[in-house]
Amino acid sequence: MAWVTQTLSSSLGRKVIMSLTGLFLSSFLIIHMAGNLQLFKGDGGRAFNEYTYFMTHNPLIMTVSYLLYTSILVHALMAFILTRYNQSSRPVKYAYSRPEANSDWSSRNMGILGTVLLLFIIIHMRTFWYEMHFGSVPMAEYDGKEYKDLYSVVQAAFGELWYVVLYVICMVAVGYHLAHGFQSGFQTLGIRHRKYTPIIEFLGKYFFAIIIPAAFASMPIYVYLQVHHII
Amino acid sequence: MKINLKVWRQKSSNAAGKLVEYQLDNVSEDMSFLEMFDVLNDSLTRKGEDPVTFDHDCREGICGMCSMYINGRPHGPQTGATTCQLHMRSFSDGDTIVVEPWRARAFPVIKDLMVDRTAFDRVIQAGGYVSVNTGSAPDANEILIPRSIADEAMDAAACIGCGACVAACKNASAMLFVSAKVSQLAILPQGKAEHKERAERMVAQMDAEGFGACSFTGACSVECPKSISLDHIARMNREYLGAQLTTENVQG
Ligand code: HEM
Ligand code: SF4
Ligand code: FES
Repeated sequence: MAWVTQTLSSSLGRKVIMSLTGLFLSSFLIIHMAGNLQLFKGDGGRAFNEYTYFMTHNPLIMTVSYLLYTSILVHALMAFILTRYNQSSRPVKYAYSRPEANSDWSSRNMGILGTVLLLFIIIHMRTFWYEMHFGSVPMAEYDGKEYKDLYSVVQAAFGELWYVVLYVICMVAVGYHLAHGFQSGFQTLGIRHRKYTPIIEFLGKYFFAIIIPAAFASMPIYVYLQVHHII
Repeated sequence: MKINLKVWRQKSSNAAGKLVEYQLDNVSEDMSFLEMFDVLNDSLTRKGEDPVTFDHDCREGICGMCSMYINGRPHGPQTGATTCQLHMRSFSDGDTIVVEPWRARAFPVIKDLMVDRTAFDRVIQAGGYVSVNTGSAPDANEILIPRSIADEAMDAAACIGCGACVAACKNASAMLFVSAKVSQLAILPQGKAEHKERAERMVAQMDAEGFGACSFTGACSVECPKSISLDHIARMNREYLGAQLTTENVQG
């Protein structure tokens, strides 16, 4: 099996790992966002709680969620390895360099953007995932069936202004990470075609870099305004 | 015109280097950038100082030897041109111009602005050729090659091996250069026979030389004097992955 490790530790192989995990995480974002739209229902959180119950009990989804945790870890670890390796490829830096003349900021700062995302993921999982699985979440009852009331946890978290601000900033980082990352992921896999690349670039630029982060950012803002009876 | 220069001076590969300032008072805007360096070197020689060492050969944009990082960009402010094709009219009277060598682990400085680019030669030796003797030229149209393929191979073949792609890349990655070579041979019938081994060997050599990985910033293609397209990088990724998954070579 030497060829497997050799392939995966080549510069191209490492990028393939980045790409596959990154694109998988991107596809998860769609599901995650679509599900969380339940927060806007204005039904006191019932739809949202039923949705989280489904997500934590469906065997298929539970399996996929382990794949997801692994992807985050592998993506972050490989990001660290690649960033270090790439930095070591230029031991003496230029005294004067103008990279803005030839490339986008986000494409050159995926490591910094990714680090913000990693910190965000840790905080985010501590607040919701950890509480849901190991914390003491109050119960809610709908039609005689007991549900964990994660909605109340959401309200408590998003009722804090600093938490909302943190969220919105991190969603900007998601936008920049995916503005470059989504289309780059396809390039890494060698998927580049005159017919399809423009579609991939369009999706990356508008759907993944703007619509998805904006939808995610609107949730804490909406809940904050609701909790504080502003709307 | 008056030009202030800050030029990287370094005695040898192991010596420490630094930026040294020079002033030229009588620069014509019709001079090429290299001619301006000739004038500088002439004045240094007359003063008994060591002239600035820099690479150059054809001075007509086809050999790829000239290799200066000028004001923060490889080959200076123009796009699609080498340093020898850059003229002083691209600058203004009184400008300060910073000139550095290509910076990459795989391109160690030999002296001043001259770097050792033999890493590229070793990548070519690893597979950038067709190993069968092709004999004398076949009759026209004996080997059918569609026009679009011929054009694409020709575009890839335009690479002059200058290394501006490596110099421009934040990772000092050689992907554009290596992919142009892999691509050019992979899409032509003569090169197709060995396309898998070629991709495997050239990528392995590229990694062994210490070039970085590709982050797909696109800086290489923008700064390439021959405007080599990023399409070739995607093709090399495809070639390499396909080869790694399907050849019988298990040693790696
Ligand atoms: C855990 C925190 C994260 C870190 C540290 C991180 C870091 C990085 C870095 C450094 C790269 C660029 C690699 C390179 O080309 O040099 C990258 C690429 C990418 N990331 Fe992330 N990232 C993180 C989270 C995410 C998330 C949550 C997603 C998706 C929702 C994502 C999607 C992508 C994609 C699609 C790519 C493109 C892969 C390629 O160019 O082939 N990343 N990431
Ligand atoms: S790809 Fe362009 S920049 Fe790179 S070596 Fe070839 S000609 Fe020079
Ligand atoms: S000296 Fe030959 S390309 Fe510039």
